[in-house]
Amino acid sequence: MQNQKLAKQLFKKSKTARYERFGRLLCFSALVMIMAIVIGIIVFIATKGMSTFLKDHISVRDFFTGTLWNPGTKTPSGHAAVGALPMIVGSFLVTILAAIISTPFAIGTAVYMTEISPKRGAKILQPVTELLVGIPSVVYGFIGLSVVVPFVRNVFGGSGFGILSGTFVLFVMILPTIVSMTVDSLKSVPTYYRQASQALGATKWQTIWKVVLRAATPGILTAIVFGMARAFGEALAVQMVIGNASLMPHNLISPASTLTSVLTAGMGNTVMGSLQNDALWSLALVLLVMSLFFNLLVHFIGRKGAFSK
Amino acid sequence: MGNSDLFAQEKAGINPKRLVDHKIAVVGVAPIINKDVGIHHLTTRQLIAVFTGKIRNWRQVGGRNLAITLINRTQGSGTRMTFEKYGLRDRQSAVAQEQDSSGTVRQIVSSTPGAVSYVSFGYINKTVQPVSIDGVAPTENNVKSNRWKIWSYEHIYTNGQPTGLTKKFLDYLQNDHIQKTLFNKLGYISVKDMQYQRTWRGKLSKGSGVA
Repeated sequence: MQNQKLAKQLFKKSKTARYERFGRLLCFSALVMIMAIVIGIIVFIATKGMSTFLKDHISVRDFFTGTLWNPGTKTPSGHAAVGALPMIVGSFLVTILAAIISTPFAIGTAVYMTEISPKRGAKILQPVTELLVGIPSVVYGFIGLSVVVPFVRNVFGGSGFGILSGTFVLFVMILPTIVSMTVDSLKSVPTYYRQASQALGATKWQTIWKVVLRAATPGILTAIVFGMARAFGEALAVQMVIGNASLMPHNLISPASTLTSVLTAGMGNTVMGSLQNDALWSLALVLLVMSLFFNLLVHFIGRKGAFSK
Repeated sequence: MGNSDLFAQEKAGINPKRLVDHKIAVVGVAPIINKDVGIHHLTTRQLIAVFTGKIRNWRQVGGRNLAITLINRTQGSGTRMTFEKYGLRDRQSAVAQEQDSSGTVRQIVSSTPGAVSYVSFGYINKTVQPVSIDGVAPTENNVKSNRWKIWSYEHIYTNGQPTGLTKKFLDYLQNDHIQKTLFNKLGYISVKDMQYQRTWRGKLSKGSGVA
């Protein structure tokens, strides 16, 4: 009798072991739920986006090289007017220009904050940067519509809507992102690099320019790519200043459109299942693929430039 | 309940069989121009030429020497379909910049020299210049007599006949008191005051409508 009771006790898990198992199960189920959501989103966008090509029989070439966006109608030459090229070009132009303009400012600000006057930098610039990050994008868009567009119209001509206005708005929006990540990567350059450089007789600026920035380059590149990813995906602020004309942008001050602006503008006016709706899903698929690409790029740069201590 | 600026039959991809239409109000759509341009009326032919991009400068229709900045509504918008169907006689407007919200459109037209667009009557105010077409001014009385042809119904669609709270709400919206006070103030016209009714195909019939 005693033996049987003992045997049963030996084969049952102890209370602490059961707690372990429960904790692990809890974490695992959280992980499974998140993975299910992410995979669900990717599968949903992929199937809806591909249905433009599979169900509505739009050719992939028409989509990526066509220049007229009016799903449901035909171009003068007979192809389906589902050309996403103007939007793709618009998105890329606005992203790259904003990154080019904001990178020097961001690096300069970050260098000031970490190398030249760290104490004042931390006290003043850090809260300012965080404030800029926290402003909602619709507020940026509203300021863009009320201030930037008239400014561009008076200084550069045109209607004020266009890639230039979009660039100005995005420049302010991605600046804090790039600044904070550059500051992190500058701070992670080991102190003995700077000390060794000064021991060799270099001035402060020579140290910064030739040693610190050189060493922090992978981190800075990561910051720029992060900023570009944010600019590429920005919808609301860009939509209010870019003019939403689905034309190939032929200069910086004529109304253009980006993938995101066409999506937000057209979302409410299409019927689920129609060609217009499927075409919008294809734009969403392109955006998803581009964000995955930016993600992979960040990982690749990070891995390549990792410090081998 | 679903609100719509168009008949369900006018939009491709919707099955209108079970939907019951309740016409709540009538709204007129008028073209608006930036005040710097200096003209108050256009003929239908000029209107079509402006919106299809054949005319590029206001000087060609009697205005000042300003380039025409065309602002469309987004594709699929009810206001755009009404304007293109009854104002542009089924012509498609040129590809130009598109804005979604009427308020934004009005603000852009009022601040951009040479801008032209179209909004419903309720959005017209002193900051923009409404345009008469073929000598007919965009007023409520002209919509009621169908002299101003660019108007559409505001529909509320229900899935089947409405019951309970939905029915009470619809009765509330359609009773005379609300129609004469609130709707009038916002720039909408009562269906009962219309002298002509229109089907989704565009066929006119005389008589004031009772939804």
